[in-house]
Amino acid sequence: MKKFTQVTGVVAPIDRANVDTDMIIPKQFLKSIKRSGFGPNLFDELRYLDEGQPDADCSKRPINPDFVLNQPRYKGASIMLARRNFGCGSSREHAPWALDDYGFRAVIAPSFADIFFNNCFKNGLLPIVLDEKEVDKLFEETFAEEGYQLTVDLERKKVIKPDGTELSFEVDEFRQHCLLKGLDEIGVTLEDREAIAAYEARRKAEAPWMFLGVQS
Amino acid sequence: MAGKTLYDKLWDSHVVKQRDDGSALIYIDRQLLHEVTSPQAFEGLRLAGRKPWRVDANLATPDHNVPTTERSAGVQGIEDPISRIQVQTLDENCEEFGIVEFKMLDKRQGIVHVIGPEQGATLPGMTIVCGDSHTSTHGAFAALAHGIGTSEVEHVLATQCLVQKKMKNLLIKVNGQLSRGVTAKDVILAIIGVIGTAGGTGYAMEFAGEAIESLSMEGRMTICNMAIEAGARAGLVAVDDKTIEYVKGRPYSPKEELWDKAVAAWRDLKSDSDAVFDKVVELNGADIEPQVTWGTSPEMVAGVNSSVPDPEKAEDATAKEGISRALKYMGLQAGAAITDIKLDRVFIGSCTNSRIEDLREAAAVVKGRKVAANVKQALVVPGSGLVKEQAEQEGLDKIFIEAGLEWREPGCSMCLAMNADKLGQGEHCASTSNRNFEGRQGFGGRTHLVSPAMAAAAAVFGHFVDVRELI
Ligand code: SF4
Repeated sequence: MKKFTQVTGVVAPIDRANVDTDMIIPKQFLKSIKRSGFGPNLFDELRYLDEGQPDADCSKRPINPDFVLNQPRYKGASIMLARRNFGCGSSREHAPWALDDYGFRAVIAPSFADIFFNNCFKNGLLPIVLDEKEVDKLFEETFAEEGYQLTVDLERKKVIKPDGTELSFEVDEFRQHCLLKGLDEIGVTLEDREAIAAYEARRKAEAPWMFLGVQS
Repeated sequence: MAGKTLYDKLWDSHVVKQRDDGSALIYIDRQLLHEVTSPQAFEGLRLAGRKPWRVDANLATPDHNVPTTERSAGVQGIEDPISRIQVQTLDENCEEFGIVEFKMLDKRQGIVHVIGPEQGATLPGMTIVCGDSHTSTHGAFAALAHGIGTSEVEHVLATQCLVQKKMKNLLIKVNGQLSRGVTAKDVILAIIGVIGTAGGTGYAMEFAGEAIESLSMEGRMTICNMAIEAGARAGLVAVDDKTIEYVKGRPYSPKEELWDKAVAAWRDLKSDSDAVFDKVVELNGADIEPQVTWGTSPEMVAGVNSSVPDPEKAEDATAKEGISRALKYMGLQAGAAITDIKLDRVFIGSCTNSRIEDLREAAAVVKGRKVAANVKQALVVPGSGLVKEQAEQEGLDKIFIEAGLEWREPGCSMCLAMNADKLGQGEHCASTSNRNFEGRQGFGGRTHLVSPAMAAAAAVFGHFVDVRELI
């Protein structure tokens, strides 16, 4: 997994609540069997004026000039600012893949949907929960100042504003550790293979019907 | 010490190892796989040279991409080449790793969340995952079931475990009885209307109360299915006689002596009477009327006899903005009566409402009637090949066809329109599925979530009607 230590970048504001994963990456792009290449279709229905097709060349499509990511001032953004319940709906990991592929490294919002929140960590993308009032203020500042940038310091668990103000956020120790080191979570879990085998042995004795297994 | 909730019990019995930071390694008893969220997981395994930890804990089937029209040509007959590759990839991966798959032409094929319970692959007390958020469906069997992302699918394949943090406990109690014509779908939509789409975030949501106890297993699955639409990854209902009756005799259910032992253990799968929940929400079953969503989020819902809300009366700026945006997308006027909404298409299906009971309810409404002239298409898509077979034995297919509805092959179909079944731009659809997000059923399509009986009534009248007036 990609390491995450410190990121400084332009902030792109997505100013609506309940952004769902269908919106982040519409279903027709879920037909891919790869993990990459979703960036050009991030927010497809909002970003382009026509209907997106999985194999179309996006550089030739009519763009919606009103959409944030199409405005020159947010070009190259790597930090997304969002409203409450971001990432709700479908469990598709294609949503963080698309954000990552586009170049986002962190998403800041007052709250996230559980599955999306989880999926981010598996992909080196950092979801940051800040107080709703702080998020409101960040929106104001982003709108007010062209090229507004933030720094995210994962080690110190701080979001740092251009004027040096620091906002603290929480992150699970284990997840922080995995992100900082870019660790493969499966590898970490397999270090506990004996504990898993011991659990299975004990459980088989207690509740053997759980292990009947699927046969064709 | 206070007693345990059902969720506490399921959690405790699956902890492999507690970690210092509050997370734990949780054992997973069953994983369901489908073609959309698994290819990258298998690819990851291959790249790392890993093998599945326990092959027989997995069951796979293609559902999202499969055509629902005549499909005897099998995978090769899927017209969209990208869909075809995805279904083929699932076949190849299952073959390579030795995972049992109900392929497209197998009559046991269907929507993952329909076939799990149908086969007895979903058992009380299990932990069940699938790369699909509606895995919450299986919670109807007092199983801890939730959706996961593709990285976690790979993690479960490789380790049979997941790293999890314990959720909080939420109890939703629906007291009293439902009125006639009001179904499980209306109950869960009403609940979401009350607590909102983020109301259950961070919680395992247990449904209890007389109205829930009175529901069939199908109804309970409908309720748990949409727990995720209320923000909760997992929904739960305690075990009772109905649960055990449903599970009995299924292909993968325990048999004979093992069955008796299992049943004895399952009887304890309920919250203790002195268990403490972090949050409790109570509703009165008798107050719930048939529900219709008018907006682009399941919480944008109203009783069939009320009207579309006015954004000017919203509680705050974000809500006002949300309502205005939704009305614009849906092409609706503030204050319009729900029963004045005209429909272009009707979809009866999806993992929320495609089981035999759902089809019976819809058939009872359309029987002897005809689809309205303004409805271009009304689809009935059974949840699995076995549901289809049963419905045909009961003659439901004939009732639908005579009324002018289309009777299709099983799959997800127009629930998310990954196959050829979709809405045209601006079309209104009465749908028994679970999501009314923008573009969910097709680019620019307008979805109204309803129960099967309400969808059937809408098909016949061409606009929404209170189904209670028909039965
Ligand atoms: S029926 Fe719809 S919600 Fe259910 S699994 Fe299929 S696509 Fe997902």
